[in-house]
Amino acid sequence: MKSIEVKDLSLSFGTVEVLKKLNIDIGEGEFLVLLGPSGCGKSTLLNCIAGLLDVSGGQIFINGKNVTWAEPKDRGIGMVFQSYALYPQMTVRGNLSFGLKNQKVPKAEIEERILRVAEILQIGELLNRKPAALSGGQRQRVAIGRALVRDVDVFLFDEPLSNLDAKLRSELRVELKRLHNRLNNTMVYVTHDQIEALTLADRIAIMRDGVIQQLADPNTIYNRPTNLYVASFLGSPAMSFLTGEITKKGKVFTFDNTQIQLANYSGENDTLNDGPATLGVRPEHVTVHSKAIKGKTVKAKVELYEPMGSESLMWLDVEGQTISVLVKSEDVREKGSTAYLSFELSKASLFDKQSETRL
Amino acid sequence: MADTDMATDFTGDHGPKPKKSISGRNIMLYGTLIVFAIYYLLPLYVMVVTSLKGMPEIRLGNIFAPPVEITFQPWVKAWSEACTGLNCDGLSRGFFNSVKILIPSVAISIVIASINGYALANWRFKGADVFFTILIFGAFIPYQVMIYPIVIILREMGLYGSIWGLVMVHTIFGMPILTLLFRNYFTSLPQELFKAARVDGAGFWGVFFKIMVPMSLPIFVVAMILQVTGIWNDFLFGVIYTKPASYPMTVQLNNIVNSVQGVKEYNVNMAATILTGLVPLVIYFVSGKLFVRGIAAGAVKG
Repeated sequence: MKSIEVKDLSLSFGTVEVLKKLNIDIGEGEFLVLLGPSGCGKSTLLNCIAGLLDVSGGQIFINGKNVTWAEPKDRGIGMVFQSYALYPQMTVRGNLSFGLKNQKVPKAEIEERILRVAEILQIGELLNRKPAALSGGQRQRVAIGRALVRDVDVFLFDEPLSNLDAKLRSELRVELKRLHNRLNNTMVYVTHDQIEALTLADRIAIMRDGVIQQLADPNTIYNRPTNLYVASFLGSPAMSFLTGEITKKGKVFTFDNTQIQLANYSGENDTLNDGPATLGVRPEHVTVHSKAIKGKTVKAKVELYEPMGSESLMWLDVEGQTISVLVKSEDVREKGSTAYLSFELSKASLFDKQSETRL
Repeated sequence: MADTDMATDFTGDHGPKPKKSISGRNIMLYGTLIVFAIYYLLPLYVMVVTSLKGMPEIRLGNIFAPPVEITFQPWVKAWSEACTGLNCDGLSRGFFNSVKILIPSVAISIVIASINGYALANWRFKGADVFFTILIFGAFIPYQVMIYPIVIILREMGLYGSIWGLVMVHTIFGMPILTLLFRNYFTSLPQELFKAARVDGAGFWGVFFKIMVPMSLPIFVVAMILQVTGIWNDFLFGVIYTKPASYPMTVQLNNIVNSVQGVKEYNVNMAATILTGLVPLVIYFVSGKLFVRGIAAGAVKG
């Protein structure tokens, strides 16, 4: 059963096309994250689903009902905003009940629903306070409560954790995940934070310039990025890229005097064609050796390293191209020393030079 | 750390930097402020002092001297006995006329302008920009151009010479600046609040009355002050669009001060002038703080 269906959705502001014939299906109970840099159209897409923006073309279905022209309140959605958007002159109770009063829900039921939500989110003691008297985390909890109390099937989150400090953010992230496991509602979540995306999502849609680049589960997106953009956007520390050429009938990746055997590479097709390409390797999939192993290692020079606590990121130079490697902090090598690298090619990605798609 | 024991043994500069209370800079600053304050307060002082003197004392010509014998007779006369034309009931008639003009003008213009501003800020309808441009353009057209056409319009509507005609004129002329004020204020409120309210099922009026208005006290106070002072101090429209029986206070003040028969009663004139200026003054004193807050909120974030 599909919870949300977006068909050929387009939206332009004047001559600027923000969304271009976008298609996406979201299953019932799914947690979908829309991920992308600012300005990629992810919030715009969410606002279209919510009915806060009029679309220029296409259709939106929620629970099988065509809601393209429906008012936000009639779509069966609850929404949580980045700035919390709590009504400042109302108490927490007033904030929670506002939507229900507009729906003319009987008083006793309003009270009952508020108490239930307050219990789920542990905001029971805050009910009579004004938003100004709440901390950031409490405010966001109330904002989530305001969506929950509406008893809807679809929740929309517009960067809900971006205004919180790092510690609270990770706490609420876990709470959101727990909430989703408990309620099993459909959730669409917009963020530019890849950690949030990877930890929360059932599926991630990576967007760029109003187009979905890849829609897949976090594991696939991380390990088998569909194109160079997705590969470079996702992952922290970021993937390193080596430009070169595939030669010897898809057996070897060559640049300058260096050759890397591609025997273990798992590509999209069975065979690789020769031609210019980019090899992407994540820093954790490179191993550093002290001695050269014939046919397996590549010679590199250590340029600098960044300590990150338990691990360090080493930056090395391989014939003029830069590559980063994640090592244990005690394994860091001197600046200027020589190291030999081997790559876990089964987890690497090769991209076509021209189309930038994964080979 | 070992250093903590030494903490009280500072040598050299430490702690807050001492400030000299009498410095060249302060003398310049306060000197200038005091000179200007005296310059602006002197006329008020002369007015108050003169209004409390009897005529014989005024004829001596010492306008800066405090009254020898304080009398409130000029105030009483200005309020309830001074003659304009055939009426000799003082400024009180004009005061109540002004109140009758003021209250509906302020109320109606603020209600309409706030709804205008809200619609322009939050419900972007087709042609909203054109509408807004035309409205703002209205603020720059000199009033004098429109006086005669309005006379004709009011005559055709049968409102010429009545208080309601003047109320309508004030409401319309207040519209551009008030709409701009409200629009900028509502634009400065977070858009997500508006979105949240819509998801919560509030419509045009629901959002306005339950979300926007309760958050907008400062800007309503600003609008009220602008309108009260503007309308209360208006002379031109008052003299043109009303009849002598319904002249507002400013017009009546002019008639009292400029009447040519008999002696010039300076003390009565001064008292009458102060009485007329009292309403805007009181409004400023009562709501000054909110005024500053509202102006700042509307101007900076808009």
